[in-house]
Amino acid sequence: MRTDAPRALRYAAPLAVAAVVLGLWEAAVRLNDVPTWLVPAPSRIVATLFEDRALLLDSLAVTLGIALAALALAVVLGVTAALLFVQSRWLEVSLFPYAVLLQVTPIVAIAPLIIIWVKDTRVALVMCATVVAIFPIISNTTLGLRSVDPGLAALFRMNRASRWQVLARLRIPSALPYFFGGLRIASGLALIGAVVAEFVAGTGGAGAGLAYQILLAGIQLNVPRLFAALVLIAAAGVALFGASVLAARLALGRWHESELAPPD
Amino acid sequence: MTPPVVHARGVAKRFRDGTEALAPVDLAVHEGEFVAVVGPSGCGKTTLLNLLAGLARPTAGTLLWWGAPRPDADRSRRFGYVFQSPTLMPWADIATNVLLPLDLSGAPRAEAERAVAEALALVALDGFAGHLPRELSGGMQMRASIARALVTRPALLLMDEPFAALDDFTRQRLDDELLAVWRARRFAVVFVTHNVAEAVYLSTRVLVMGPRPGRFVDEVAVDAPWPRGDDFRTTTAFAALARRVTRAVAAAAAGDAH
Repeated sequence: MRTDAPRALRYAAPLAVAAVVLGLWEAAVRLNDVPTWLVPAPSRIVATLFEDRALLLDSLAVTLGIALAALALAVVLGVTAALLFVQSRWLEVSLFPYAVLLQVTPIVAIAPLIIIWVKDTRVALVMCATVVAIFPIISNTTLGLRSVDPGLAALFRMNRASRWQVLARLRIPSALPYFFGGLRIASGLALIGAVVAEFVAGTGGAGAGLAYQILLAGIQLNVPRLFAALVLIAAAGVALFGASVLAARLALGRWHESELAPPD
Repeated sequence: MTPPVVHARGVAKRFRDGTEALAPVDLAVHEGEFVAVVGPSGCGKTTLLNLLAGLARPTAGTLLWWGAPRPDADRSRRFGYVFQSPTLMPWADIATNVLLPLDLSGAPRAEAERAVAEALALVALDGFAGHLPRELSGGMQMRASIARALVTRPALLLMDEPFAALDDFTRQRLDDELLAVWRARRFAVVFVTHNVAEAVYLSTRVLVMGPRPGRFVDEVAVDAPWPRGDDFRTTTAFAALARRVTRAVAAAAAGDAH
């Protein structure tokens, strides 16, 4: 993409693509008389979103709540782990392989166990999503805490800085850009983890999330509602991503290259 | 008689991989001296400076700072270090960067802030206390780095090719500014450079280093009068000194090639 594209075009172009695709979709469904239970028209999906809003928004709140709780937990636990890792090589060498193990094992394979062991389903779902989201936080933050300018490290040493001063004044600020890179990935993963875990758990009733609505709508061939739930999951993902980008901009905006405006 | 600011006796450094970075060398830097160390790259200049800063331990010999075996034994006598690059904290403004050494040692706030303002004025950065490093030019970042080294009023200033990355005009201006500060405060300086003209222009004494292992191959006293300005660069005395140092450096480099 050319960097000198006008700002307006950057929003207008993707919106135009959406308008064309949705228009074609709508026309194709109407002209060919495709049944709603096979492919609903975009207008039908929007109508369903509106009609089923009470049900769908409740489910959105459940899924988003699980994803946010998991993200918060992943940040707290992941940053703690990274801080411990940089204080002790031994700890890192002993524990990091297990963080990797956790990362490479598919969550669908672990979820049934967690759901069996943990009585409260909501807690089990948060745990599953945390397992998925935590790795980029641990690995990025650890890398960032170690990526200290060697000259600055020497300067701190020359001035007899304490371990705590090095951590607070040098390591943590140096790690911030890396941490926010990890957060950006983790925000998407937390939502994926929440949805996958819900699928496995199949929790219905009052605590039903969007994944359950998709599962149920699929069985009932209520395809418009399935699409509506899908739209909401995508919107939630975009919102989480946007929030993490915003957080990074607020924290780093003034000094870090990654958040500086590209030269126009 | 007061002991030398820093005194190296038979100091040598061998790296863990067996490389002889520095052969046993002797060096005494006295109060108010401006010692320039020149030599081809890779001859152990930075290793020497790291030893003088107490950042690395010698594998042989003894190092004394003001007669004590530790560089920080006497807290009233401190040293400043200026790196090849500005080495500023990108997230902190210039004032916070300059404050760092005082901040780390827990100096009283009001006193420290006065010292920061004074150090910034010394390098003509008064108006830039609130700027971030990336908002400043390379030369101004280097000035901030020097202000940070001076803020503790060091008795010894160690400089590792501080102006090597700057253009000639900026470098000469910073050389003059450094000399003005040095003449006002009279701390001892060890200034590492690979620029012969800069070494002769700045110093009271030029030490020429040869490589593999790093050692002193010549010493040239520069007893030109002060203040030195642009005129000094065009004198025959300057040319003669520069020629002598250049020859010594070339001989050291050639000796390495055989």
